[in-house]
Amino acid sequence: MWNFLHKMASPPHFYGLSAKMIPWLYAAGVVAVIYGTVAGLFIAPVDEEMNDGFRIIYVHVPAAYISMMAYMVMAVAAGIGLIWRMKLAHAVAAGAAPLGAWFTFLALITGSIWGRPMWGTWWEWGDPRLTSELLLLFLYFGYMALRAAIDDTAKADKASAVLALVGAVNVPIIHFSVEWWTSLHQGPTIIKEGGPGIHPDMLYPLLGMILGFTLLFGALLLARVRTEVLHRESRARWVHKLLMPAGEPG
Amino acid sequence: MPPLLDGFLAIIRRDLLLAWKRPGDILNPLFFFAMVASLFPLAVGPSPEQLVLNGPGVVWVAALLATLLSLNSLFLSDFEDGSLDQIILSPQPLPLLGLGKAAVHWFLSGLPLVLVSPLIAMTYRMPGEVVGIMMLTLALGTVSLSLLGSIGAALTVGLNRGNALLSLLILPLAMPVLIFGARTVSLAAAGDAVSAGIYFLAAYCMLALTLAPFATAAALKISNE
Repeated sequence: MWNFLHKMASPPHFYGLSAKMIPWLYAAGVVAVIYGTVAGLFIAPVDEEMNDGFRIIYVHVPAAYISMMAYMVMAVAAGIGLIWRMKLAHAVAAGAAPLGAWFTFLALITGSIWGRPMWGTWWEWGDPRLTSELLLLFLYFGYMALRAAIDDTAKADKASAVLALVGAVNVPIIHFSVEWWTSLHQGPTIIKEGGPGIHPDMLYPLLGMILGFTLLFGALLLARVRTEVLHRESRARWVHKLLMPAGEPG
Repeated sequence: MPPLLDGFLAIIRRDLLLAWKRPGDILNPLFFFAMVASLFPLAVGPSPEQLVLNGPGVVWVAALLATLLSLNSLFLSDFEDGSLDQIILSPQPLPLLGLGKAAVHWFLSGLPLVLVSPLIAMTYRMPGEVVGIMMLTLALGTVSLSLLGSIGAALTVGLNRGNALLSLLILPLAMPVLIFGARTVSLAAAGDAVSAGIYFLAAYCMLALTLAPFATAAALKISNE
């Protein structure tokens, strides 16, 4: 186990292994997303209250799920990098942040589009989930801004890792406080949670989409980390060998 | 090694003395606080119902912004004259020294805000018993903000673009304090129970007191490598 981890942590080994993994992740992810899209749009029955409008959950729910998972991946990777001084972990954290921000943005946009016919407004401050997603987006912005402001990569890694960990402690508190805040001026939330059992024909495409989004996130993350590693190791010999096989002077 | 509290007390004494020599640094955030609070009636309109409704939120937003304004200079002069390196190198535990700096920051920016806030509240027609609750929430909340902010100030200390960056880092993290602070005052104004919000603010304050100094210390070491 330790041996495996040690191998994974070495950039050249990671670079080789991830090249083999990415196509499989893409293929599996695309299959799952195609199944989820087709089944979600054509097979899942029409919702009684929301008609066809509910079908946007097949994009919205997976995006919201990934937006939070990406923050967790980022914070855990940052913690590993800070504690065990593993450079690869910092590269993972750096790669996860922009992806997480984009998925958060997607969740906000789809939530807003869903809200237009359901609530009659593009934005509803009273909905705790939408509001905490917005704050999550701000947290990503802060993290990326701090990273961008520090020129030295090693320093940027460590400083942003501290911020990611402080943020990880705060995310549940923020979510809880937003929920408390909205519970005061509005009774039960507008979206009913699950309701009395979701129909399997609606549920399976959703699970397929979540699985597909997760696999695609994994593939995109690996691709980002690969370029990040190349950039960071640009002075290492293995990178030179890889990019200039003829042995020209670097 | 000298006793544990020596460095802590020395930092507090030194920072208080420095502030005493430059009183403008304390007054500026206070003026800023008062000005932000007076922007709202001018921009939104002076009708009494609106003032009563918006008062708690306005006071809290103004306090948050004023605290952020003063946080930027928390480690700046120490960084510029090199004493920050000495603080980091000292054998005293760095989290405790960071806590000392945050304590002085609260004493010089948080506490004055709490003391001035009744004046603002009065212009917003806040009744007397609500003003007491507001001061309590501000007192608890500004302690948390000083501690949270010291992490951000430590992370951004050597950076040119520190000022805007600090707000970007700290504002989303400070949201729970703002929400609970402002809502609790609103609840008090509506005559509802306020204990839940006050307990939350106190709990958050304790959490920040225990964890934030360690994050600040780690951030200071990283920024000064």
